[in-house]
Amino acid sequence: MSLLERFKAGLARSRQGFARRLDFLFKEGELNEAFYQELEEALIAGDVGVETSLKLVEQLRQDAARNRLKEREAVRELLLQKLTEILTAPEEEPAPIEPPLVILLVGVNGSGKTTTAAKLARLYREQGRKVLLVAGDTFRAAAIDQLQVWADRAGVDLIRQQPGSDPSAVFYDAINAARARQVDVVIGDTAGRLHTKVNLMEELKKIHRVIGRLHPGAPHQVLLVLDATTGQNGIAQAARFNEAVPVTGVVLTKLDGTARGGIVVAVRETMNIPVRYIGVGEKMEDLAPFDPSAFTRALLAAES
Amino acid sequence: MFANLAEKLQRTLKNLRGKGKLSEKDVDAAMREIRLALLEADVNFKVVKDFVASIRERAVGQEVLSSLTPGQQVVKIVHQELTRLMGQEQSRLATAPHPPTVIMMVGLQGSGKTTTAVKLALQLKKGGRNPLLVAADIYRPGAVQQLEILSQSVALPCYSHSGATPVEICTGALKQAFREGNDHVIIDTAGRLHLDEAMMQELKEIKAAVKPAEVLLVVDAMTGQDAVNAAAAFHESVGLTGIILTKLDGDTRGGAALSVRAVTGCPVKFAGVGEKVEALEPFHPERMASRILGMGDVLSLIEKAEAAMDRDKARELEKKLRRQEFTLEDFRDQLQQLRSMGPLDQILEMLPGGAIPPEIKKLSVNEKQFTRIEAIIGSMTREERQNPSIINSSRRRRIARGSGTTVQEVNRLLNQFSQMQKMFKQMGNLEKQGRLKKLKKGKRGFPFF
Repeated sequence: MSLLERFKAGLARSRQGFARRLDFLFKEGELNEAFYQELEEALIAGDVGVETSLKLVEQLRQDAARNRLKEREAVRELLLQKLTEILTAPEEEPAPIEPPLVILLVGVNGSGKTTTAAKLARLYREQGRKVLLVAGDTFRAAAIDQLQVWADRAGVDLIRQQPGSDPSAVFYDAINAARARQVDVVIGDTAGRLHTKVNLMEELKKIHRVIGRLHPGAPHQVLLVLDATTGQNGIAQAARFNEAVPVTGVVLTKLDGTARGGIVVAVRETMNIPVRYIGVGEKMEDLAPFDPSAFTRALLAAES
Repeated sequence: MFANLAEKLQRTLKNLRGKGKLSEKDVDAAMREIRLALLEADVNFKVVKDFVASIRERAVGQEVLSSLTPGQQVVKIVHQELTRLMGQEQSRLATAPHPPTVIMMVGLQGSGKTTTAVKLALQLKKGGRNPLLVAADIYRPGAVQQLEILSQSVALPCYSHSGATPVEICTGALKQAFREGNDHVIIDTAGRLHLDEAMMQELKEIKAAVKPAEVLLVVDAMTGQDAVNAAAAFHESVGLTGIILTKLDGDTRGGAALSVRAVTGCPVKFAGVGEKVEALEPFHPERMASRILGMGDVLSLIEKAEAAMDRDKARELEKKLRRQEFTLEDFRDQLQQLRSMGPLDQILEMLPGGAIPPEIKKLSVNEKQFTRIEAIIGSMTREERQNPSIINSSRRRRIARGSGTTVQEVNRLLNQFSQMQKMFKQMGNLEKQGRLKKLKKGKRGFPFF
């Protein structure tokens, strides 16, 4: 199966529930209040969140009235457009940086940081870049071994220290090693932490500081790894992590399940943090760049 | 945010005051708020629908108790119903008639099965049992080592067998348990998607081979609407006996608890509340109901406060407050203790609405300001801290310079402090009249609230 097929298969599964609902909804019929209410419910069911869903449907209602839309189909297209618009990040020319590019993965426990680190490493390696992985999760038992297995599979080096050591020290080593070995991309795994744990968030800030001191401008990307099954707490997660270390993007993982990951709409709306990648499986190849229009189409099942 | 359902309902129902009964129209308005609050808490929308319908029936025609406002009355009904739905009281682990009792941990990837397996084993061990942990996750790299390391750290035996299939591992573990006399066997299975037929088949095979007394679904408390899909699928194909909710130590409202319970009918047996191996608690339906409703988890807050506070210090402070000798020094101590409990707005969110005077809210929401306030107090002399009234303008300038702040900020702090003193004074007076007695119950010397 090609990556795209896998990605599609994952998305197809993830949209089944949602698609059925919307297909039903968007069957011909008049634009009445019941329709809008069902629409609102469908968005909520996709974890888009109450506030965002209400807002979206209200806008939709107004736009439909303004443009004298009569067909459900037309309103669906409008919703599609809106969602895609929200999720589309402006194209930015990446600022030239002094190598290595440093990417830090952060997130709550069990969101999929370690696996994502490995997948990202493979992605960059495929592009012919020299990659270094950093075992920054020194807390969880066997997290280092887990990443070592992935690093071996991906054929990239791993900087590691003893379990329980200071993660900032691991990153200090890693940046120095990356320079010495003329590495292009450094990808750092960190321990999972609930965004409410003050001391752990302080630890994260310290990691960020130490990297920045050693390599000005770094980490260039801080990616928040968000589990697609996450509900409204995803907003709090994004907000807290973003407060601690400026988050540049989201990796939405586990999209191969039935969860729809609608929380990213709210995260984008409230914090302006774009989604960069999606995870669609347990294999190393199961990571794809985020495509807002494909994601939205899949979410609303436009092509079926 | 719907953090304050009671307040909202109160607004919706304020015209009701004086009416004897809740009419259908009143209830409709209230139900909308309840629906939104539950959705915001991640309760599945279908579950919400059923729930609201059942509540509605109960609420219409209810007499409004004279002791409560209509809003409170509705919240009370909702809270009771939620608690009832999640199981009135704690549900215990089943024991097999002939040992060993086999417990299977199942769930999605990253829900916390491995950590929870060890937590559960440790609890059994502390209860005088002799559990054996089984590493049946042969797929995720490092999963077996993770369980081995964690087991070792709490001196529990762990069975693993590289090269064997999960079913072989589990039957092998069972044999060892018979031999070694382990009365409990806890199987850590691999995380899997409920859509993955091959992997779900594997669970069925393990279950058929080991005949577990408990099949526990481990659910991340932060899960959203999808919780029902996964839970239903696991229940359908494997047959669950209970649920463990993990990561409840965060700030999630945890509506998944209700969703999962509603869709499987299985009780939530435990809650994971931290990364440490001891952090597993019995599930409290009543507290969960408050949490889902955003009514504030006061009991947990008190526990948190107690954990963070030095009891003797608290008692001393209480005395001081009562004698109205609260100084800036005590204030600083309080701030530091408050901070050690976690981010402030979260702590505030745990409180039921309206319990915090607005002056305090204003003062404390900005976490960064804490550092500045501490710096300002730190730049005062001992005498100034004990008796702020001596701080004249030249002292103010010095304090501002010393703390890297401005005179305005110093002024603001002094003003707020004097307001606070006034408030405490009032509280003290009230107490003398015995009117605060009810409020004080359970507070145990936590002066801010």
